[in-house]
Amino acid sequence: MALTGGADTTARKAKWWFVNAVVVVYALVPVLWIASLSFKTKETINDGNFVPREWTLENYRAIFGTSEFVRALVNSIGIALIATAIAVVLGTMAAYAIARLDFPGKRALVGVSLLIAMFPQVSLVSPLFEMERGLGLFDTWPGLILPYITFALPLAIYTLSAFFREIPWELEKAAKMDGATPAQAFLKVIAPLAAPGVFTTAILVFIFCWNDFLFAISLTSTERSRTVPAALSFFTGSSQFEDPTGTICAAAVVITVPIILFVLFFQRRIVAGLTSGAVKG
Amino acid sequence: MADIVLDKVTKRYPDGAVAVRDVDLEIADGEFVILVGPSGCGKSTTLNMIAGLEDITSGELRIGGQRVNERAPKDRDIAMVFQSYALYPHLTVRENMAFPLRLAKVDKETVRRKVEEAARVLDLTQHLDRRPANLSGGQRQRVAMGRAIVRNPKAFLMDEPLSNLDAKLRVQMRTEVSRLQRKLGTTTVYVTHDQTEAMTLGDRVVVMRAGVVQQVGSPQFLYDHPANLFVAGFIGSPAMNFLPATLEEGVLRSPLGDITVTDRVRRLLTDAGAPREVIMGVRPEHFEDAALVDEQSLARGVVYRGQVDVLESMGSDKYAYFSVEGERARSAELEELAADAGVADLSSSGVGTVVTRLSAASAAREGERVEVFFDPDKVQLFDPNSGRNLTYAGD
Ligand SMILES: Nc1ncnc2c1ncn2[C@@H]1O[C@H](COP(=O)(O)OP(=O)(O)OP(=O)(O)O)[C@@H](O)[C@H]1O
Ligand SMILES: [Mg+2]
Repeated sequence: MALTGGADTTARKAKWWFVNAVVVVYALVPVLWIASLSFKTKETINDGNFVPREWTLENYRAIFGTSEFVRALVNSIGIALIATAIAVVLGTMAAYAIARLDFPGKRALVGVSLLIAMFPQVSLVSPLFEMERGLGLFDTWPGLILPYITFALPLAIYTLSAFFREIPWELEKAAKMDGATPAQAFLKVIAPLAAPGVFTTAILVFIFCWNDFLFAISLTSTERSRTVPAALSFFTGSSQFEDPTGTICAAAVVITVPIILFVLFFQRRIVAGLTSGAVKG
Repeated sequence: MADIVLDKVTKRYPDGAVAVRDVDLEIADGEFVILVGPSGCGKSTTLNMIAGLEDITSGELRIGGQRVNERAPKDRDIAMVFQSYALYPHLTVRENMAFPLRLAKVDKETVRRKVEEAARVLDLTQHLDRRPANLSGGQRQRVAMGRAIVRNPKAFLMDEPLSNLDAKLRVQMRTEVSRLQRKLGTTTVYVTHDQTEAMTLGDRVVVMRAGVVQQVGSPQFLYDHPANLFVAGFIGSPAMNFLPATLEEGVLRSPLGDITVTDRVRRLLTDAGAPREVIMGVRPEHFEDAALVDEQSLARGVVYRGQVDVLESMGSDKYAYFSVEGERARSAELEELAADAGVADLSSSGVGTVVTRLSAASAAREGERVEVFFDPDKVQLFDPNSGRNLTYAGD
């Protein structure tokens, strides 16, 4: 309605604000609780206070003191980065072809990748376990990187082909007319314009790999390739009889913070449409 | 600079649609040729084949005497201006214009000189370091032109380059394009939808319909001697009036009255083997208020007396609309023209309308009866079945 009264608008705004607040609180409270627990001392950990009465960095010192966690962190970073790089490179090529070319089997390709994205991962865990043991990939980096690429590719292809479709076709034609070879047209015109899309996709894929627990717990058995989400479940605290809650929370915070920073930091870059002004608009 | 020759060029898209059929066209070095026609008639396809952006299905394309069918766009040395301008959004105006030169590995100093020279010609000097997104439509258009002219290509191809501009800017840029082409003397093929652009810009106009070239000639020639109904209806604004008529022993019986056919026309009709039923065409500007015509001319001409339905005064002249008795003229070509002009609904009302352009001095009033005069020698007659101009005096 064009003619909405001022009072009405305010009431409506208040309502939306309230709904948003509820959603945000619902989502954030558990996260903040974990953060709070990670700063509590062993003695106060079960006191039920939201704000710690006694602050300590002991839990963080403890996890970085164990090779278990540091090793898992290295595995997480390494595996997620490699899987992201490969998935994004393959996804870029596939998405470009899907967005720009008409080739036989294009629909089938898109359909299959959709199917993979929809497939319940848990049903693949046992076959993968057996296959990886047979192939000697079990409990290795490639053993995790491969399934990550498989499941991240559909996501990458979808996001990227949406971005590629946004780039005006005519820019590539213009580049060709200006004397560019197909490779030059891609590198000098299409790639710079697709960069925000590639970047966004890389972040999404990285988060997917970084957060995975299912494959990490099923396809690893030692520190050799165990990633942080899996390693967390093996935390025992510094001695056998100690309650590991504080250290688990600290580790959880350590692996959550990079993701939050990523999203906050790159949000604007992701949203900014670099393509505006290419055509008449 | 070079000439461009299309020799029986045909384009069949992979889905089987034939977009361009057996086009023969010789464009001389330095000539400015316009491709016009209704939407979907294959203008862009023809241009893209010359550019190398679309493969040629059959026939031969020669630029500067050499067959270039198989050459990639970059090896044809042709510049193109796109309807959407297709500027690189991540580059500044300077970088956009320098792009073709940088690809050609021209040294930096020359690039700077050429870009600045082009910017000066196009009045873009103060915008060189801005990005396309921050420019107005007209400025973007000029950047696109600049990118085309910096490297002195063999030919320019332009696909409706002005159609995204508002009316006023379009007029201004039209003269600009014309001036630039004349100054550079580069062979140019220009696609347009626009009557005025087609008539004013080109040395020659190519009228296309459904992938087939209908007629090629200077704008004036096409106006005076259209080869068929389609060209007659397409060229000229407002469009030529078409009415059904019957030829009976040297007399043309028409809704505008009986017209004695002149000797010149009679000879042409005999040569063409004219049928009895014809379509007659008279341009609005060939009418005049009978009160303003001298006796001598009146005696030689035809006077139609009718009631003015609508009168539009343009200041410089007046347009009077009449409804005439009898059916509208019918033919496939006329239906297509009406559909393209977005007046297909008019064809459902069976009554014929006649538009006349009268002098501003005319006393014609809406709703009143008025006598209008026209010269029977200016009347063109067409075969309703083939659309052929029976009075065509060209070669
Ligand atoms: N990629 C394609 N595949 C199949 N058919 C096509 C393709 N591109 C164009 N066509 C068809 O070819 C014909 C000519 O198209 P073209 O774009 O050359 O028309 P045009 O004269 O430039 O029209 P407009 O004035 O609307 O730009 C049309 O009937 C169109 O449907
Ligand atoms: Mg077109």
